[in-house]
Amino acid sequence: MKTVARLVSLLSLVGTIAPPVLFFTGSMSLASMQSWMLGATIAWFLATPLWMDR
Amino acid sequence: MTIVDDFTASHAEPVDEFERERVPERALLGFRSFVGQYAGEHTAGTELMIGPLFVASGVSAVDVVGGLFVGNMLAVLSWLCLTAPIAVRARMTLYYQLEKICGRRLVKVFNLANGVMFCFLAGAMVTVNATAAGVWFDIAMPGLNDLYPTSFGWAATVLVMGVLMTVVAAYGYQVVAKIANIAAPWMVLVFIAFGIIGAGQLGITSVGEFWPKAQELIWKGGAPLPGQVKFTFWHVMFFAWFCNMAMHIGMADLSVLRYARKSWYAVSTAAGMYLGHFIAWLSASILYAQQINANPANTSVLPGPLAYDAAGVAGVVCVIVAGWTTANPTIYRAGLAFQAISPSWSRYRVTLVTGALATVAGMFPAFAMKLLDFVAIYGLVLMPMGAVIFVDFWLAGRFGFRQDYAAAAGVPVNWAAGLAWLVTLGLCFMVVDMGGLQVYFVGLPGWFVAAGLYVVFSRLMQRKERRV
Repeated sequence: MKTVARLVSLLSLVGTIAPPVLFFTGSMSLASMQSWMLGATIAWFLATPLWMDR
Repeated sequence: MTIVDDFTASHAEPVDEFERERVPERALLGFRSFVGQYAGEHTAGTELMIGPLFVASGVSAVDVVGGLFVGNMLAVLSWLCLTAPIAVRARMTLYYQLEKICGRRLVKVFNLANGVMFCFLAGAMVTVNATAAGVWFDIAMPGLNDLYPTSFGWAATVLVMGVLMTVVAAYGYQVVAKIANIAAPWMVLVFIAFGIIGAGQLGITSVGEFWPKAQELIWKGGAPLPGQVKFTFWHVMFFAWFCNMAMHIGMADLSVLRYARKSWYAVSTAAGMYLGHFIAWLSASILYAQQINANPANTSVLPGPLAYDAAGVAGVVCVIVAGWTTANPTIYRAGLAFQAISPSWSRYRVTLVTGALATVAGMFPAFAMKLLDFVAIYGLVLMPMGAVIFVDFWLAGRFGFRQDYAAAAGVPVNWAAGLAWLVTLGLCFMVVDMGGLQVYFVGLPGWFVAAGLYVVFSRLMQRKERRV
């Protein structure tokens, strides 16, 4: 369970920074980028408490 | 301090151990603990206020990048060369060390000054969070040059935010502290994302384009916005060096670094300086430049709307989390400082009153809009005591006066330290007022003045004892 949660956390960090980079290079729209960042944020705060500081 | 021990025994609040003793070997921490702590502490909601104020001050790209790089390095060196060597040798809190030098009564006065400053700082953090409400509600937000509450809606928003933060600081400290730990890695990435998105919104599409466009669109130099002081390399450098003056040359971080196994662990402060006070400030600058580029009439520095326009809801969440997680310990520390004055006061009541003061301060946009000046004043007020500690620790014997005088002589006030503190502050504020200088320029000479005065006053006041 913890391993899965760590993996989700890692992916959500990638999901936080990758969309802005894609927006910067013109490969993603602002609205899509914001949606991806929101999704990644939700995933981070759901998954990370399951393994961090435990 | 005993008051802390009393409360940690029965309530869910941070444990401040070894308040009146050396930190034992078993409690020492590794290098990584300090990297995490400093990175989190210096990536706060207020960074989103500071970055835009550089742009408003008409700074050029070379000056802001160069000034921040050098100033942050000098700040790291100050922690490394001044604070950490004393911290790992004495392994005492700032307050206990000061108490031995200055006496209990003088430390109470120092605590009062500290508590008031923490209240105002927390007020600026409440202000930052209240700007997040401006994204969804049609509230008249304060402008760049507003000093007083601008509307009933604004005051009500701050009141709601302030009450929430205060109640949580009093009753749910550890929950927010845990959220702060969890949020830190994500928050750092969102701050970096702000810069990348802002650059994209300005029409920059490749890394190679960034520097020329930055000089043309972001940090253009030239005249500052109305009401702002023109910033040069020196303004940026001294501000970056001394915005945490209280922590390094003011020795407040003795309390933190006393847990370090080695003195060199203080290089971990670079994580806070270069993530928070370099990348986060530059990112926030870029967002503000994009706002002005889109609408030159909109000069308001409002972190909530700035973050929303770039990163959407995730950006607003970042502003709220960054503001809340730093306001929480700030309100708590202010409460501790006040409670040290009268240990019989209830811990919760003190925190609630402290939070109420911070909330009232937060209604006045002056603390946030003039944050560059305020953080410099905050550091300056506490800095002379750092010089006193440095001189007392390293040079007392060489200059022929007694170390830890108050403890040795059993006096409630060491007037040599008290006068060094007050005279230095008086001289510094006089220079600022008469010379029209910014506060962060007087920190460096002020430190040497405080050190010199402490030597002179100590020798004069202890002369009689030497004769005996």
